[in-house]
Order: sequence, then C-alpha cells, then structure tokens
Amino acid sequence: MDTITLLQHYWWLVISLLGALLVFLMFVQGGQALLYTIGRTEEERNMLVNSLGRKWEFTFTTLVTFGGAFFASFPLFYSTSFGGAFYVWMAILLCFVIQAVAYEYRRKPGNVFGERTFNAFLLVNGVLGPLLIGTAVGTFFTGAEFTVDRLNLANQGGAAVISQWATPWHGLEAVAEWRNVLLGLSVTLLAMTLACQYFMNNIDDEAIFRRAARRMRTFAVLFVACFVAWLLALVLADGWAVDAAGTVSIEPYKYLHNLVEMPYVAAALLIGVASVLWSVYLGWRGSRRAVWFGGVGTVLTVLSLLLLAGWNDTAYYPSLADMQSSLTIRNSSSSLFTLRTMAWVSLFVPFVAAYIWYAWRAMNRRPITREEIRGDDHQY
Amino acid sequence: MLSDYLSTVDWSRAQFAMTAIYHWLFVPLTLGLGFLVAIMETLYVRTKDPFWLRTTKFWMRLFGINFAIGVATGLILEFEFGTNWSNYSHFVGDIFGAPLAIEGILAFFLESTFIAVMFFGWRKVSRGFHLTATWLTAFGANLSAWWILVANSWMQYPVGCDFNLETVRNEMTSFSAVALSPVAVNKFFHTVTSSFVLAALFVVGVSAWYLLRRREQLMARRSIAIASAFGFVFALVTAFTGDRSGAIVARVQPMKLAAMEALYDGQQGAPLTAVGILRPEAQRTGGDAFYFRIDIPKMLSLMSFRSADAFVPGINDLVYGNEEYGVMPASEKIERGRVAVEELGRYRTAREKGDTAAITEIEAKFDRSTPQGAEFLREHFAYFGYGYLSSPEQIVPDVPLLFYSFRVMVGAGCFFILLLGLVWWLNRRDRLASKRWLLRTAVWSVPLAYLASQAGWVVAEVGRQPWAIQDLMPVGVAASKIPSGSVSVTFFLFLALFTALLAAELSIMFRQIKTGPKDD
Repeated sequence: MDTITLLQHYWWLVISLLGALLVFLMFVQGGQALLYTIGRTEEERNMLVNSLGRKWEFTFTTLVTFGGAFFASFPLFYSTSFGGAFYVWMAILLCFVIQAVAYEYRRKPGNVFGERTFNAFLLVNGVLGPLLIGTAVGTFFTGAEFTVDRLNLANQGGAAVISQWATPWHGLEAVAEWRNVLLGLSVTLLAMTLACQYFMNNIDDEAIFRRAARRMRTFAVLFVACFVAWLLALVLADGWAVDAAGTVSIEPYKYLHNLVEMPYVAAALLIGVASVLWSVYLGWRGSRRAVWFGGVGTVLTVLSLLLLAGWNDTAYYPSLADMQSSLTIRNSSSSLFTLRTMAWVSLFVPFVAAYIWYAWRAMNRRPITREEIRGDDHQY
Repeated sequence: MLSDYLSTVDWSRAQFAMTAIYHWLFVPLTLGLGFLVAIMETLYVRTKDPFWLRTTKFWMRLFGINFAIGVATGLILEFEFGTNWSNYSHFVGDIFGAPLAIEGILAFFLESTFIAVMFFGWRKVSRGFHLTATWLTAFGANLSAWWILVANSWMQYPVGCDFNLETVRNEMTSFSAVALSPVAVNKFFHTVTSSFVLAALFVVGVSAWYLLRRREQLMARRSIAIASAFGFVFALVTAFTGDRSGAIVARVQPMKLAAMEALYDGQQGAPLTAVGILRPEAQRTGGDAFYFRIDIPKMLSLMSFRSADAFVPGINDLVYGNEEYGVMPASEKIERGRVAVEELGRYRTAREKGDTAAITEIEAKFDRSTPQGAEFLREHFAYFGYGYLSSPEQIVPDVPLLFYSFRVMVGAGCFFILLLGLVWWLNRRDRLASKRWLLRTAVWSVPLAYLASQAGWVVAEVGRQPWAIQDLMPVGVAASKIPSGSVSVTFFLFLALFTALLAAELSIMFRQIKTGPKDD
C-alpha cells in the first residue's frame, strides 16, 4: 500500500471513529427526547437536563470536529453532499442551533420565551437530530442523487458547477428509501437506550432510575428489531465497488463481501453488537454499569459499519444519478501533503482524549442528586 | 437561468454575512471576558477573599449566557461553507479544511471540556484545578480564533499552495506558510486584541452602570480597575496591529485599501482622509469624490508603504491601469485569467477525446517544476479568478460602505484608548464615581464597541469583494447550485431564529446585570 492510499485509509478510519463517537454521544439527544417521559416533576426534569447539560458540548464539539475533519480529508464529499442535500443539512443545523442555547437559557430569568419553549427545543433536537443524521448517513450505503464534474470549472458564466444535485428535492428524497429511514430510526432508538443507561449511571435518584430502567427495555427491544432488520438488508444488498482504474460498478452482496474480506472489521462489528446487547441485559437487570458497555459497543459497531462503507474498494457515497460520479476515499480525498500534515496533528488526539477523561472523571465522581440541583451554583 | 443563479449567489452572500454578523455579536466578548474572569479567579485563589469568588461568578455567568449562542452560530458558519459555497469547498478544501479540523481537535475540545469544569466544578474539583480549567477555557477560545482566522486570512491572501490540474483544485504545499502568513498572524492579533478591548469596555460599562446606580460599588470599582488597565493596554496593541494591517493590505489587497480611502486616482504622497463625506454620485470617472474632507497630508503613503512620498494606487489605477507606476489594468488580468480558464477547457476536451499529446502539453503548462509551467502559472493562472469576470469594473467593492465602516472602526478605536486610559486613571485616584458624565459615556461605549467590531469585519470582508479567494475565485463561481428560493427561505428562517435568540440573550443579560452578583 503506498503512502497516499495508507493515509486515505487512515483518515477514513479517523472520520469513522469521530462518527462513531458522535453516535455514542447522541445519548444527549436521546435523553432530551425523554425529558417528559422520565422526568415527571419539574425538579426531575431539571436533574435530567443538568445531567445531560454537562455533556452536550462534547456532542456538539464532536459534530463540529467531524465536519472539519471531513472537510479537510475528503473535501469533495463536503462540497457535494452539503451543497447538494441542502435541505437535509440545513434542517440538521437548525435543530442543533436551538439545542445549544436551550440548556443555558431555559431557566434563566427574562428568557423571553419561557422554560417550556426551550424544553421544546431540547425535545425537537432530541428526536430530529439522531433521526436526520441517521437517515443522512444511510445514503452512504444506498446512494444519493448527484453528479460530479470537476472540469466544469472551465465553464464561464453561471455554469461552472462541480457538484450538482439531480433532483429538486435536494436531499429530502432520502426518506423515500426505507433503509435510510430504518437507520435513522435505529440511531434515534439507540440514542434513547443509551440515554436511559446514562441516567441510571449519572443520577442518584430512585424514581428516575426505575423509570429509566423500564424505558430502556422498550427502546432497546425496538432498537434491536430496527437495527437487525437494517443490518440484514445491508448484507443482502448490492454495493458499489471501485476497481484499480477508479471505475465504479455494482457488486451484489458487496457489504457481505467486505465483512468476509475484512475479518477484523467483522470481529469489531460482532464485539460491538455483543457489547450493546450485553449493556441491554445489564440495564434490564438494573446495573448502573450498562452505559459503559453500551458506549463501547456503539463506538465499535458504528466504526465497523463506516469502515464497511469506505474501505475495501467501496464507494462510500454512491451516486444514483451517475455511477462514475460516486465518491470513494481515493477520488475524494485531500492531497498527500494535507493528509500527512493532518495525520501529524491527529497525534494530539490521545492527549485530548486523556484530558477529557481526566476532567470527566473529576466531574462524575459523585452522581447528581436532588440536593445538588437545589443548590445555588450555576444550573441549567 | 443565469439571473436565477446570480440571485442564488446574492442570497448565499446574504445568508453567510448574516450568520457571521450574528456570530460576531457573541464571540468577541467570549474571547476577552474569559481572560478577565480568569484574572479575577486568580485573585480569589491567591487571596481566598470571598469577594473575588462572588465577583468571578458574576462575570462568569454573563460569559456563559454569551458563550452558548456563539457556539451555535459558529456551527452554522462551518457547515455553510459546504451548503452555500460548494465550488469553493472543492477548489480550496485541501487547504481551507485543515485549519477547521485543527480547530476542532486542538481548541474546541479544550474549550468544551474545561468550560463544564468551570461552570459546574466549584464543589467537585480543587481550587487549583478549577482555576486551571478557567484559564484553559480562555486559551481554548482564543486558540479556536487563531485557526479560524488562519482560514479567513488564507482567503484574503492565498499562499502555500499550488494548483493541481488533475484534481482541479488548489493544494497545500506549505503548512507553515498558511498558518503563519503575515496576514494570518496580524489578523489574529488585531482581532483578538480588539475583542479584549470590547470585553473590557463591557466590564467597564456594566460596572459604570452600577456606580451610576450606587450599587455594588466595590465590585464595580475593582472590576473597572482590572478591565480598564487590560483594555487600555490591548487598545494600544490593537492600534499597532491595525497600522500593520494597513501596510499589509496595501501590499496584498491594494483595491481594498483604495476603496477604504475612496482614493479614485492614485498619487504620490497620498493623504489620509481623517473625516469626510462622500458624494453619492462619485464614480470611477475622476473628479472630487467628497463634499467635505479633512486630510492628513502624506499619511496614507506613510502608513501603507512606510514612505511619505510613496505612490498609492487608486481605484482607477487598479481598474484601468497606470503604466507610469507599473499597475496592470484589470482588463489585462481578465485576458490572462481567461487564458488559464480556457486551458482548463482545452484540457477537458483533450481528456474527453483521449488526445494524449494535448494532455501532455497542457499538463506541462500547469507544472511549476518546468520553466514553461512556472511562467504560465505566474503570468496566467495567478489571475485565474479574473477569467470569470465580464468587466474590469467588477473588481471594485462597495466604496461608501468601506469608507464609512473603516472610519467607524478607527475612530471608535482611538476613542476607546482615551476612554479606557481616563477611566483607569480616575478610578486609580478614586475620582471616577463623581464623574457621572464619564460613567454615562462608558455605558454607551458598550454598543459602540460592538459597532466598531462589526465595522472591522465589514472592512475585511466587503473589502475583498468580488473575491471568495483573492484573485483566484470570485464569489459568483464559488457558490453552490441551489435554487435561490431555497436559500432565501433558509436565510429568513435563520434570521428569525437568530433574532429571537438574540432577544432572549439580551433580555437574560440585562436581567442578570440588574440582579447583580449573588451571595454564595
């Protein structure tokens, strides 16, 4: 494997890892969606919000870093998908903007719109965030309606457009493909399952614990049903393969082949799924430790799925409008120089992870209690 | 079809400008107030005086209210490069994406990790750890600004890159040239120090309000002591970096400088217009552009080129050329740019036909390692963006907007130096509370600081029009192909949302200020 190929695979791994962490951290969204389901009183809702509120910035930051890293390493995807599936990305942005302020403003005196409005913002973000992101990521496996012609830049006037969307729906057509919606639903239900496990771990309150444990069972069962259906559909589906010359073609059972040809990815997927199932079992039994297995399992599962989408000569963003426009890690990546420079920067990641772990450990040493929420310190 | 496309560009510009304006309403306060809070908390840790804890928590609360909405609008900006400026994202993503990614990895995580400790860690971590978290949050915010400004500076002064014909994009060749370009370094210091001044004026203004109301007088006086000294020092640094900016702009974006000065006809020993009123009908055809002006003789030449008799090219020189001073007319740049764009078209045809001889010939032209390639890139590709323009006059930005914005920024900056110096001196002599006119002035200086800060960005961004990337890509070519109606709908959606959130933010801020610090 030459250096550029190695770096393209490395950066797809980094992007996949960031995506996997993002899906895990969307337990924040899952928790927001359950604000009124698990929190029956105002005080309980405040406990839930304050428990989530100390983590929402990590989800947000991971989303921003995911976007920045994708831009830096695979700019053609950034320009094609964001500029084309315009409505979908704008909807995602809108529902994340309202989240950021909702935590800080909801209980502040003089917030103009009242606490209920900001709680509604949290709910909207909690449901739509994972649903939209999951559905959008579904197109990595089912394709999207775009064409790419870099040399269009040679056209003067208003025709110098490199990436174009082939339908006027600009991304909304993704919901017409049931597998995308099924993945969106899976991500949403997983976020809620993880949120219940997180509440069980992070809040020291009997009533919340009991309700979170009960809800987790429902969401976990629904999640497993949706996810298994989606996974089965994936391994039975055709995929887009790319040969050494860069020609893209349809390959039956491509993702199944990828699993067979990359046994380490298959192993990671199996361990990830088993870990998520184990977390469900633990949560069912009332263990506070369920979220750790749920988190690790989620990261491994999503990581391996994204690797299936991009590695092993697979087009990670297939084009339904023009197959040869499909994006692969080879034809959409940055230059060798940029990938190498960014690879050096990525060596800081363990250091970043270390201080995040240290700070979280210091902050999470004691679970949140009603007494703490009644205190005078800064509260959401 | 073309008109529809052009209006898409206009809406995209409006959407990006609106998001940036809202974003910049919140960020500068965060950049400076973070350090002021860290200084106050340091005093608390050193003295163990509960007064400083109470004061720290008060300003920290205002910091938090402001922070969240700054983060939210920042997210939109990052993604709008993709949604609204698709061609741009491809053409320069290899270079431009890197600072954004580094910002996320190195700065944003630092900020978001320690801000949680800063707000919620008072009873969970040690005093030392908490203080470290506060300082790291402040540093994280400023480090974040560094990488964003590196990205922005590269658009104003594209360096450290080469065009790759095969991928049809610019690719990075020197990371240090991008990250440490003189434009980036100076822009960073100018932007963050001016933000420190804004934050200082905010603290001084709010404290002055307390003194006028005869409330929280000890907190107000001590906060003023810290903020006015901090602000005065950084106001001087801002003036210094502003002067450096002028000299750099004269070299790398002469049209921006000419438009800022409404200098239509270049001259040796050019004066700086201190104050002036432009004639609305003033165009590029010569004649006096002003109803009224007060000039400082030779100052523009001196500031721009460090020589009182240096020639400063005017708008007409840059549009129509000036042979005497070796200024190339824009029409010639357009011709040269068109040659580069046409070569790209030839390359496309050659590839479609499989004409290997033509492909080899054109590839050699874009290969910097050959003398022929170096010449073609220097003589033609350097003007690539001009190839998309239809007339030389298109390179002129909005002169009145630039002229007045520049004067608002500089005038307010000079006023802030005087104000902060005077406030610091009188407060030190314990005579500030009796100077009610000065306290009122300090209160009203807070909105002026925001206006000046926004005016600075108007100068920077409107001044580089029509370019998305200076000389390489005009905004019309950078935009995504989306129906203008779609962009206008999202424009109004975000406008309504940001305005509503701004109203909530201001209302909460005013309420918190009115309530004052709380006892622990």
